[in-house]
Amino acid sequence: MSYRNDPYDPKQAVLLAPESLEAAVADAEKAFARATDLDALAALKPAHLGDRSPVSLARREIGSLPPAAKSDAGKRVNVARQAVQGAYDARLAELEADRAARVLVEERVDVTLPWTRRPRGARHPLTTLMEHMGDVFVGMGYDIVDGPELELEWANFDALNIGPDNPVRGASDTFFVDLPGLVMRTHTSPGQVRTMLTRTPPIHIVSPGRAYRTDELDATHSPVFHQIEGLVIDEGITMAHLRGTLDHFARAMFGPDARTRWRPHYFPFTEPSAEFDVWFAQHRDGPRWVEWGGCGMVNPRVLTACGIDPAKYSGFAFGMGVERTLMFRNGVSDMHDMVEGDVRFTTNFGMES
Amino acid sequence: MKTSLSWLREYVELPADLTAERLDLALTNLGMEVESIVDQAATVQGDLVVGRVLTIEELTGFKKPIRFCTVDVGRDTPQEIVCGARNFAEGDLVVVVLPGGELPGGFRIGARKTYGRNSHGMICSAAELGLSGDHSGIIVLPVGAAAPGSDARPVVGLDDVLVEVEVTPDRGYEMSVRGIARELATHFGVAYTDPAALPFQAATADSPWPVAVEDTVGCDRYSARVVRGIDPAAQSPEWMQRRLIQAGIRAISLPVDITNYLMLELGQPMHVFDLQRLSGGLVVRRARPGEKLTTLDGVARVLDAEDMVICDETGPISLAAVMGGETSEWQEGTVDVLLEAAHWDPVMVGRTARRHKLFSEAAKRWERGVDPQLTLPALERAVAILVEHAGGTVDERVLDLDHVAPPAAIHLPADLPSRIIGLPYGPDRIAELLTAVGCTVAGSDVVPPTWRPDLLTPIDLVEEVARLGGYNDIPSVLPPTGASNGLTPAQRRRRSIGRALAENGYVEVLSYPFVAPGVADQLGLPADDPRRSAARLTNPLSEEEPLLRTNLLGPLLGTLKRNLGRGHRDVALFEAGTVFLPHLTATAPPVLGVDRPPTAEEWAQANAIVPEQPWHLAAALAGDAEPAGWWGSGRPATWADAVEAARVALSAAGVPAGRVTVTAGVRAPWHPGRCAEIRVDGEVVGHAGELHPAVISALELPKRTSAMELDLDALPDAPVVDARHISTFPPALIDVALVLDATVPAGEVQAALAEGAGQLLESVSLFDVYESAQLGEGKRSLAYKLTFRAPDRTLTSEETIAARDAAVAVTASRFGATLRGA
Repeated sequence: MSYRNDPYDPKQAVLLAPESLEAAVADAEKAFARATDLDALAALKPAHLGDRSPVSLARREIGSLPPAAKSDAGKRVNVARQAVQGAYDARLAELEADRAARVLVEERVDVTLPWTRRPRGARHPLTTLMEHMGDVFVGMGYDIVDGPELELEWANFDALNIGPDNPVRGASDTFFVDLPGLVMRTHTSPGQVRTMLTRTPPIHIVSPGRAYRTDELDATHSPVFHQIEGLVIDEGITMAHLRGTLDHFARAMFGPDARTRWRPHYFPFTEPSAEFDVWFAQHRDGPRWVEWGGCGMVNPRVLTACGIDPAKYSGFAFGMGVERTLMFRNGVSDMHDMVEGDVRFTTNFGMES
Repeated sequence: MKTSLSWLREYVELPADLTAERLDLALTNLGMEVESIVDQAATVQGDLVVGRVLTIEELTGFKKPIRFCTVDVGRDTPQEIVCGARNFAEGDLVVVVLPGGELPGGFRIGARKTYGRNSHGMICSAAELGLSGDHSGIIVLPVGAAAPGSDARPVVGLDDVLVEVEVTPDRGYEMSVRGIARELATHFGVAYTDPAALPFQAATADSPWPVAVEDTVGCDRYSARVVRGIDPAAQSPEWMQRRLIQAGIRAISLPVDITNYLMLELGQPMHVFDLQRLSGGLVVRRARPGEKLTTLDGVARVLDAEDMVICDETGPISLAAVMGGETSEWQEGTVDVLLEAAHWDPVMVGRTARRHKLFSEAAKRWERGVDPQLTLPALERAVAILVEHAGGTVDERVLDLDHVAPPAAIHLPADLPSRIIGLPYGPDRIAELLTAVGCTVAGSDVVPPTWRPDLLTPIDLVEEVARLGGYNDIPSVLPPTGASNGLTPAQRRRRSIGRALAENGYVEVLSYPFVAPGVADQLGLPADDPRRSAARLTNPLSEEEPLLRTNLLGPLLGTLKRNLGRGHRDVALFEAGTVFLPHLTATAPPVLGVDRPPTAEEWAQANAIVPEQPWHLAAALAGDAEPAGWWGSGRPATWADAVEAARVALSAAGVPAGRVTVTAGVRAPWHPGRCAEIRVDGEVVGHAGELHPAVISALELPKRTSAMELDLDALPDAPVVDARHISTFPPALIDVALVLDATVPAGEVQAALAEGAGQLLESVSLFDVYESAQLGEGKRSLAYKLTFRAPDRTLTSEETIAARDAAVAVTASRFGATLRGA
């Protein structure tokens, strides 16, 4: 760029004097420092960095200088201008940071205010507990089978070696309907019968679900309750395998200290049979054994009725009450809470139990 | 079965220092459920001493006679005690609990002032000590029973340990001292004496009384002996009465008490006939249908052809094995008795007991199995005890009609116990354990003892080996793992739906499936609605709710109401469960045996009668769907929430939105103008909307209560979802407001827009529904936001407008829609 035709009077080159430039910088710095907000700073910008600002006017005077002096003057003007610009930028950054901080303070809210505009529901703890149990068994290679709740009497009783004279087949234990040959299943075991009839060993299944017995509803009984029952049929299955399975399941449910303790018992569908307790370390009244369920080796008569050769295969079966498990595991003290459907009971459990 | 440790110790040499804990564990590990073990000595705390009554002063002026006594309790000064009983005299030995003591039931004894006198202790009755129910007076001890001041516990029998166990139904032998003692002897490895192993009089050629058994299946053994001229006033000895009371059996008379005592000790129920009241010989046979018998409990019973009876010339006089009859039983004054010890068919007894609801101690034993070789030893014992305490003359003739088959040998493969238990058992160990329970083992042939009718098959013997070997010694080994297929599509679907609805504000409930017949009316189901065809429980717990649900809403709305009744205003519930849809043509299933599996055909026939039990899903809500709060007002739940719940469930079930259609429907129990019919692939899968006002009124629900119900089994499995190409080109957004007849369903308008817009349409959403006078009567405006996007280019405005126009054109031709403001 040439300033040869610049109309400025060289006498005005006074602005290029070092004192003048230093003063211009000092003025600008002072003015910028006095600006208390971004608007004030912006208002000061033309006076110190605009076309009519001292440093800009000084730059114009360079043209009036002899060529030998131009370079030096140019450097000085640049230094001065950069100083003013630097002061401006620094102040701008300060004020922007101030403003950002102020905005954050101003936008402060009470984060403790509730925001329950979309209420959450909940799943029934019996459902989630059954799913939890089922998942452990799926992880052990079991399938989960469902079956009808209004079931063939044969599948609920006869096939399970519960003969026609067994008292549980009476109306004081079992619900009957006005349809011949059917009962409300008294356990989920008929699901096992159905599986044995339709699959060939090896069989690994659990059948969780509802069962019915004619118990009046009280704190510990319900005519409608839930069970999870397991069945394994294969060559060479032993009571040791049953124990290993129950111990593993106990640990999966109740932690590494859990294990089972067996008591000889009688069930028509298994022999030998046992009732078992589980060591429950988290019990609210201190670690203890709690009654949990029944188990045993599938009675050869059951295998025969279900089309499995007892000479070739053996198997084990076990079952436990889901309500009972929820009672000791979660400290539910009254069966009514599980069946009445009061939202307070269920909501307390949320999505898991 | 209740008994005492002292009785057991007569036959098993239990360790002297046996604690209640060890006994409990032993019985438990033998398979008996321990109901209680009570150390009687600990039931009375503090000083329970023998006292001698020195003086009695009768106090008068009170409501009842009261005695002020001084009693020598072995201390320097006599004890002053106020007593309300009157059955004692000066010089009698009595039982005194001193101040500081505590009687059963936490009744503390202190020194107190009563009836104007100081009383330092209490003179006890048998009932107060928990010995019996006898409140009639205080205990007066026999002369010279013990010195005053000595511990009274051993004197009154309060030094025993009472044991009550629950016996499993297969082990009848454990319902006796004989059986429990044998088990404990095996467990502890100590000596055992069989109380039935005694010399007894064998059957004689002549019978003491004529008896004929007509049905040897029902009664395979009938033994009897006769004693004449007993002292009818003879009392049972105190030790016998005490043991009966401990076992929970009332002492009645010496002959009856003897039979009860021996039933407890040996396990053989017996019966006492008054010989003089028998008319002629006895016949043991099945009852004739309609025959009547008044049993000892005074109930006149009509007999069944399966019942066994004992008859004399007058007809039935005893309901065999279950309960005697009024006319032949021992009674006060009986001097000649016929003692019966028989063996009855357990199946017959079980049926008779249930038929007549007579679950006597005898019936309980017969049903579980009684040793058929006990009849003669039991009679021998009975006769001996009777004569010892009541005199009389024993008829030397012994009747024994014995048709009992000896137990059959069981072939036990040597490796079976190890193969089933998973713990090595050698032949010697197996033989040792089986011999311990009374079996005779010869190689692999095992003959069970006569008292173990439950041992019939090899697996029964395996159980004995495992049980006596110890269940808790069995190792813990995981079996070879299975090959799971994971959850079925239906199971995954139920879980997803449950989570989705719960996250959307619904709380899961698990209602009972029992419903009242009136619910169908309350729900307004038409007369021919298949949901009225419900299976009916023949023995419901509540006669009011005998039906099995055919839909979930009935029970679910009941649960909703219960919640509202408990003060919850805003309630949203859901339930997933089975409903029961009986076939109207139900017939009896084929008879299936258990010796072989049903054939495929039999199984199919049997299953044909099983009602369909599809899984349904229902939701119901009342009050606010979104609550009021500091943010502002709430939003009441409406029909739209119910429809959305159905959509949420279908979405969670993996049904693509494009396969779901919602149209207006009419179905009970919904409001006919606010009922959505939900279809998947054109098939109706359920309904949703606001309940009919009449239903709301009948069920007393809040106005506008809304609900939905879906048949989950009608849903297709979730398809494998095809991935969608995601265009990175910018969208073109364009809004259209259509004016149509208000009756045109928005769902169809949207479908028409989508159809007309073609491939470029990415999404369409309704953002405004508007009605006004300006639009005209019966008109409304629906405003949609259309988003267009091409997969391969940025759309020009011309292309976008053309697509929009094409979309609008379809609505115009189909519904007469016009663009608003156009």
